[in-house]
Amino acid sequence: MTAETLKRAPAVHSRGNRKQARRNTLIGWTFILPNFLGFLAFTLIPVLAAFALSFMEWTSFSAPRWVGLANFQRMVQSDTFWVALRNTVLYALGHVPLTMALALVLALLLNRKLKGIGFFRVAIFFPYITSLVAVAVVWNMLFSPDSGPINQFLHAVGIANAPGWTSSSDWAMPAVIITSVWRDMGYYMILYLAGLQAIPTELYEAAEVDGASPWQRFWNVTLPSLRPTTFFVVVMLTVSSFKVFDLIVVMTNGGPGRATTVLSQLIYQEGIGEGKFGYSSAISLVLFVIVLTVTVLQFKLQQRRER
Amino acid sequence: MTNMAEDLKAPDLEDGVPSRGGAISPEDRRRSQRKMSTREQKKRTTDVVIYGVLVVLVVALMVPFIWMLSSSLKENNQVLTVPIQWIPSEFVWSNYTDIWTRIPMMGYLQNSLYLAVIITCLQVLTGSLAAYGFSKVRFPGRDVLFLAYIGTIAVPWQAYMVPQYIMMQQLGLTNSFNALILLQAFGAFGVFLMRQYYMTIPDELCEAARIDGLSEYGIWARVILPLSKPALASLALLTFVNTWNDYMGPFIYLTSNRLWTVQLGLRSFVGQFDAEYAMIMTGSVISVIPILLIFLVGQRYFIQGIATSGMKG
Repeated sequence: MTAETLKRAPAVHSRGNRKQARRNTLIGWTFILPNFLGFLAFTLIPVLAAFALSFMEWTSFSAPRWVGLANFQRMVQSDTFWVALRNTVLYALGHVPLTMALALVLALLLNRKLKGIGFFRVAIFFPYITSLVAVAVVWNMLFSPDSGPINQFLHAVGIANAPGWTSSSDWAMPAVIITSVWRDMGYYMILYLAGLQAIPTELYEAAEVDGASPWQRFWNVTLPSLRPTTFFVVVMLTVSSFKVFDLIVVMTNGGPGRATTVLSQLIYQEGIGEGKFGYSSAISLVLFVIVLTVTVLQFKLQQRRER
Repeated sequence: MTNMAEDLKAPDLEDGVPSRGGAISPEDRRRSQRKMSTREQKKRTTDVVIYGVLVVLVVALMVPFIWMLSSSLKENNQVLTVPIQWIPSEFVWSNYTDIWTRIPMMGYLQNSLYLAVIITCLQVLTGSLAAYGFSKVRFPGRDVLFLAYIGTIAVPWQAYMVPQYIMMQQLGLTNSFNALILLQAFGAFGVFLMRQYYMTIPDELCEAARIDGLSEYGIWARVILPLSKPALASLALLTFVNTWNDYMGPFIYLTSNRLWTVQLGLRSFVGQFDAEYAMIMTGSVISVIPILLIFLVGQRYFIQGIATSGMKG
């Protein structure tokens, strides 16, 4: 009899478990479902569709048709694609290091207990949540070539032929970069502040006991301890740089000429503007692969440094 | 937390993250009190220098706002003058009364508000429900599903905007608020942010509630939701501001003027009357004011939301 119960017990137990598991699955899904339905339909399926679409010929006038790599062939032969890719890379090369450096400097300045320090933090963060159109419009006027405040300032400090900024094809991109750095640095400053406040005080105390100068403390304690934050900031900044879109649309709309046309804008123009769904998805795939590669590369680098 | 009163006056990160390091610690303070004078004096001079640097820096960074506000109270021909007039020679308050008749500003504000409120409510509700499922209920396939959520956060939105657009076109939803609501209310970001917070709530609390006979829905509503107020506030504020400031979504989907949001209305005003500098600045100020108000009320939650989602990403 005891043998029987022993044999039966696990069976009962596991049947109970299975019932419990089924109940849990049901409950879990009811929680997730309201969000998941929307997520599935409007994010997950479009993401997968974008992959498939890039291998199809599909415009607003024709039915979808499988064409293999034809879209990509057309893309690499398109001059505009290369211009947009180059501009996007240029933007990233300006935006990433400048924003990172300024955010770090600001965070170091603001990481102390002073009366009213919160006000300074909040003021520097505010541009990040200010409406983009307002930001773009104001900076466009500040950059105005003849009588804009920025060029007046440059004249005042003795620069005779100040740049034409958004009206010049050489200076439009720097103008956009300056605006975006101003807008974004407060956000990354917050991330750096969080990183700085997670550094154990003991490290600084030990360094001080060893007679390290403030500069040495910064170089040998602060920077290495911030490495995870820096890694995260670089990934976020790079990804957001390659996605740059609305600021450019509102500030320069890609101009003058094609001087500030970026990949996202090209996707919009080709796909939604002209209804070339397949071709624009091929460009999307390039954008995605770039973002993915950058992220994976930085992960690899970070892992190697940690070892 | 070295000084509660100061923290309340100047809300900052220290609630969201461990507050060690960097700043002056209590030990530092005690030591400097013992040593007295020289050190204290030195610290006071550094403080003054730092205040000076900060004031100059913040004023410089605020120039665009100062200029925007000042220009919004000028005549058009007074905006781009040489030399710059920082304070209008004559305050043209009428800009702020005229703009409502020049463009349907009130309609734009209402549209923005409508979209922002609906999307925020849906995002917070569905996000916190899903986050509970992902963090407090164990079932097979859960983690794979969550990976799919995380995976799409890494995909740039621009990469799938065209399929989304085709889909909305097929559903006949272009040029309607519904398209934007459907696209933005079920974002993965909300689920991610809430889950990060729920993971910090001990499972024992749910276990205890379960033993007390609460159903899972009861635990969510009566235990988890009240505990996650700061995270809910962060998510709500971030979503609201994002929706209010969104330009590309409305730009792609809303074609008729009566559906336009503040951002679209302002942009089109700039396009049509690009010489009306003062009025453009007036519109810009009006579009920023709601954000400023919300930010002043909830700055603590904004910054915490960013610090949490940032640290765990």
